[in-house]
Amino acid sequence: MSRAPLSIPASVDALQQALGGEQYIAERGLAVPIYLALRLRRPLFLEGEAGVGKTEVAKVLAAALKTSLIRLQCYEGLDVSQAVYEWNYPRQLLEIRMIEADSGLDRAAATKELFTEAFLIKRPLLRALEETRERAPVLLIDEIDRADEEFEGYLLEFLSDFQVTIPELGTIRAVEPPIVIITSNRTREVHDALKRRCVYSWIPYPDFDKEYRIVTSKVPGASERLARQVTAFVQELRTADLYKAAGISETLDWAAALVALDRDVLDAGVIDETLGLLLKNQEDIDSVRGERVGTILARATA
Amino acid sequence: MPRDANPPDRTMPRDADPPALVHNLLLFGRVLRAAGVHTHRERMVDAIQAIEWIGVGSRADMRATLCSLLVHRHEDLPLFNDAFDVFFRAHGSSGLDLPLFSLGERARVVARRDAGAPQRLDVEEPADDAAAAAAFALGAYSTVEVSRTKDFADFTAAELEAARRLLLRIRWEPGVRRTRRWTRARHGDIDMPRVLRRNVMRGGELIELPRRVRREAPRPIVLLADVSGSMDRYSRMLLSFASGLTRSARHVESFVFATRLTRVSRHMAAAGGHRVVSRVVRDLHDWGGGTRIGDALRTFNTTWARRVMRHGPVVLIVSDGWDRGDPKLLGRELARVRRRCSWLIWLNPLLGSAGYEPLTRGMQAALAHIDDFMPAHNLASLEDLAAHLKRMGSARHGNHQHL
Repeated sequence: MSRAPLSIPASVDALQQALGGEQYIAERGLAVPIYLALRLRRPLFLEGEAGVGKTEVAKVLAAALKTSLIRLQCYEGLDVSQAVYEWNYPRQLLEIRMIEADSGLDRAAATKELFTEAFLIKRPLLRALEETRERAPVLLIDEIDRADEEFEGYLLEFLSDFQVTIPELGTIRAVEPPIVIITSNRTREVHDALKRRCVYSWIPYPDFDKEYRIVTSKVPGASERLARQVTAFVQELRTADLYKAAGISETLDWAAALVALDRDVLDAGVIDETLGLLLKNQEDIDSVRGERVGTILARATA
Repeated sequence: MPRDANPPDRTMPRDADPPALVHNLLLFGRVLRAAGVHTHRERMVDAIQAIEWIGVGSRADMRATLCSLLVHRHEDLPLFNDAFDVFFRAHGSSGLDLPLFSLGERARVVARRDAGAPQRLDVEEPADDAAAAAAFALGAYSTVEVSRTKDFADFTAAELEAARRLLLRIRWEPGVRRTRRWTRARHGDIDMPRVLRRNVMRGGELIELPRRVRREAPRPIVLLADVSGSMDRYSRMLLSFASGLTRSARHVESFVFATRLTRVSRHMAAAGGHRVVSRVVRDLHDWGGGTRIGDALRTFNTTWARRVMRHGPVVLIVSDGWDRGDPKLLGRELARVRRRCSWLIWLNPLLGSAGYEPLTRGMQAALAHIDDFMPAHNLASLEDLAAHLKRMGSARHGNHQHL
């Protein structure tokens, strides 16, 4: 196997440029932690409200480093069989029947044959270790706050050893540690022991300039004026007292919708009609719709 | 970060000699810890290494570097930024003693600028330690008999202390919830993965049918305690109750409110937490004004609910219902709390007094949205509450016979 090791950008500037090449705008406050995580070979822990583009960082980084992205989406009850590996029992059973039909069953031989890689279902963590034989991948452990504490404990062990032991097969080790990115929406506190292992970065909602640049690069159909107004409105809306603020993807969806409606300029009427793209909570929509839209729009276009 | 907008403000000469740099960084680490940032010593090594790579030319880069390595909690970020500003401004190339050590005083309160955001509070031994110790001694000799039915409001200091220790003995078992994790069991669903696994091991023969059930975990508790002036006579006892609850049950989140809402879970979990929290309460009183329950619940719903209302908790609200705020807001926010929890209990100390009727506007607005309305004015009522929680099992509103 020819191994093409990962090459890490030589400086923060080079990293920023590489990310920029993938249409991702990373300010210094984010580029520095990413760079340090790469250099120190430590996991990067990204925290922030839903919709600020945490997952995007992993995708873009994988592209910029020209390596693959392996994603583990966390949920409550996530266990080793879903995160690491599982034997493919139905296939093994079929195989048993076939061996029986073929030649009569030789137990020892059959067991040996049944517990080989061909019958192993590899889940993201194991795949990430194996992938390092080619080139260290980016391993995205998404929304760790959704998993339960048992899984956090396992992850802690995984991140310190980068190896997995399968009793029937042996131990599989990473040739070099994969680049690990862990994200959390902070729906609960993740244990300090895990966070301490990581380079930590809090991603805030983007400021006007950054969000404007994101809108113009992702929704090319939007006129400069519309992009400005959309961004200003969303920025203003985020300061309103709401249950759930609009994320970047909501801004983009909204801008795209306005373009599809052939809108070149915002007015209270069209905002009222399309508010559902920005706010996903009925009480929030009710509290903003109508009069308040006008006030926010006035402030945004002031 | 905008405050670093005008870049090469040189905090240290680019060719700073390494020992001085290391020394400064170590000192900065100490300042952070003293200011209450939970840093980890090991990360200092990384930080020193990282500064070498990043260089000391740009203040913004240096801030980002130290921040990403030395901080790992969002709530520590403002503290970090304050400490960074003070340290690397006052800190020229030469003198490195004066301003830092003033910052380095133990457990200093650093005021937060953003109103409404969860407040950070220091953990400091209270000044009335001697009084507490005296009371403690009294209780230790059990010279004080505490009546289980005497109203907390009528307790003497010695009785309060004795009652406090009795409270710690109550075992809180707030029922269970079903998790999504499976566990082996004698009865239950057939555990298909295990059936298959065993099948394979035994060469395709099915000998037994293992079963599994969803694992159960204790239900989390969220406690919201009104500590406004009208609750004064009960606050101390109820904070002890909260502290005992936090230490006996596993997942308890606690908040206190008057006009503002403050999270005190971490303080409560510490030994002697109730004393720290009573300081918090005094601070809250300094903000003045009466109770605004609706606003407190609104803050809870927008700022905290997403983080502490997972897994259908039991919510306990302790308040006498004297509300200066808008009862409509209270009703609306309470309904929202109820939608996200499995059980909502309102504890009202006044309910213990004969002839009390919940006539205040706040209480009236609340009654429509709560599952249980219970007293909390003496030890017996708190014991009843414990028994009530224990009996609750995995009940949720909607699927319960009345308990």
